[in-house]
Amino acid sequence: IKYKKKKKEWQTATTIIAVEFNGGVVLGSDSRVSAGETVVNRVMNKLSLLHDKIYCALSGSAADAQTIAEMVNYQLDVHSIEIGEDPQVRSAATLVKNISYKYKEELSAHLIVAGWDRRGGGQVFVTLNGLLSRQPFAVGGSGSSYVYGFVDAEYQKGMSKEDCQQFVVNTISLAMSRDGSSGGVAYLVTIDEKGAEEKCILGNELPTFYDQ
Amino acid sequence: MSSIGTGYDLSASTFSPDGRVFQVEYAMKAVENSSTAIGIRCKDGVVFGVEKLVLSKLYEQGSNKRIFNVDRHVGMAVAGLLADARSLSEVAREEASNFRSNYGHNIPLKHLSERVAMYVHAYTLYSAVRPFGCSFILGSYDQDDGPQLYMVDPSGISYGYWGCAIGKAKQAAKTEIEKLQMKDMTCRELVKEVAKIIYIVHDEVKDKAFELELSWVGEVTNGKHELVPKDVREEAEKYAKDSLEEEDDSDEENM
Repeated sequence: IKYKKKKKEWQTATTIIAVEFNGGVVLGSDSRVSAGETVVNRVMNKLSLLHDKIYCALSGSAADAQTIAEMVNYQLDVHSIEIGEDPQVRSAATLVKNISYKYKEELSAHLIVAGWDRRGGGQVFVTLNGLLSRQPFAVGGSGSSYVYGFVDAEYQKGMSKEDCQQFVVNTISLAMSRDGSSGGVAYLVTIDEKGAEEKCILGNELPTFYDQ
Repeated sequence: MSSIGTGYDLSASTFSPDGRVFQVEYAMKAVENSSTAIGIRCKDGVVFGVEKLVLSKLYEQGSNKRIFNVDRHVGMAVAGLLADARSLSEVAREEASNFRSNYGHNIPLKHLSERVAMYVHAYTLYSAVRPFGCSFILGSYDQDDGPQLYMVDPSGISYGYWGCAIGKAKQAAKTEIEKLQMKDMTCRELVKEVAKIIYIVHDEVKDKAFELELSWVGEVTNGKHELVPKDVREEAEKYAKDSLEEEDDSDEENM
């Protein structure tokens, strides 16, 4: 008798982070997609575009997170044409929250929404489990547990854009080195008034810390 | 001006040979028979004034309001069939509420007026329903976008304004509004001018008693639309009555 094991779902058990600075936000993520112990994709970009100046960071089930991001991307496209201007970050976060909350029993994904709009400048929103909360910075994914102490200690209000980028890269790097479910390369997106800038930092270019 | 649309005016689903939809035009006539409502946008807010004709001494003061709250930051002043206007205010409230539920912030006034205008327009397409017999003015104030003023008429178009008037004395009111330098005025100054305009356009001979309904939304109310407080209203009415007397006096001198 053959016993067929249920296929392991693809998880982006992950490290994601978003930080606000005066005039914009920086989002960061690792690039590992796992299915149980297997690394299914080692270079996945988990920073997904919702609109020109609004991105979201995906974590949890890869399929669930990607689908939510696609749906909200569509809804924001329609919404921005209807109101005749760029959507607010709060609108994007509310749309994500509405889906996450309504289907919270069926979905297993956490998206951090961050971006820039003309009214509120740079904003970071957390939508875990269907709540909606604005924070100066947010971390998520399985790797985040290992870096809560680091981010709490190192975060300072009023950091510049470059400081934020360095802070994000350091956090991702530390999480990747301790969390088995995070790894690969680090992806960075910086959003400000002028637009969004994507960057990829390869494994050997990441900062190293005392144990490496 | 009377135009007879013999045969082409029986339903909203029929055009006349010269390209008019008479049912919609008749709906606009219903608005013109109603008493005047004006809305003016100034530097830091929007003020509404309505000439509410009192048909009976037995009416309770303040009943049959013609200014509605659509959302915390949006007010609506109406002219025409009051029952139609009430139903549309419910539509507007639902739109604003659904927007907030879906997108997490206040509905932009331009979008709200476009949505309600689309709804009004839908009723001008079919023979099974009649067009709404009311026009209304929507106004709001927001920290980032400032004061906004839009008007929707029975044909289902919405226009943005600095100042507009609807109802029987709309031409006379528009003339008075055009004299104002509204872009430089504050709400407190404007309230008095709005009261004065309503008093000026009110026809003492044809319509006897009237109640002045005044409301505002702006920096002075922290972005909340509300009826003007009693003391401000009394001051505005006093200013209006005094200005009218002055004009009467100056007329006598010329004779």
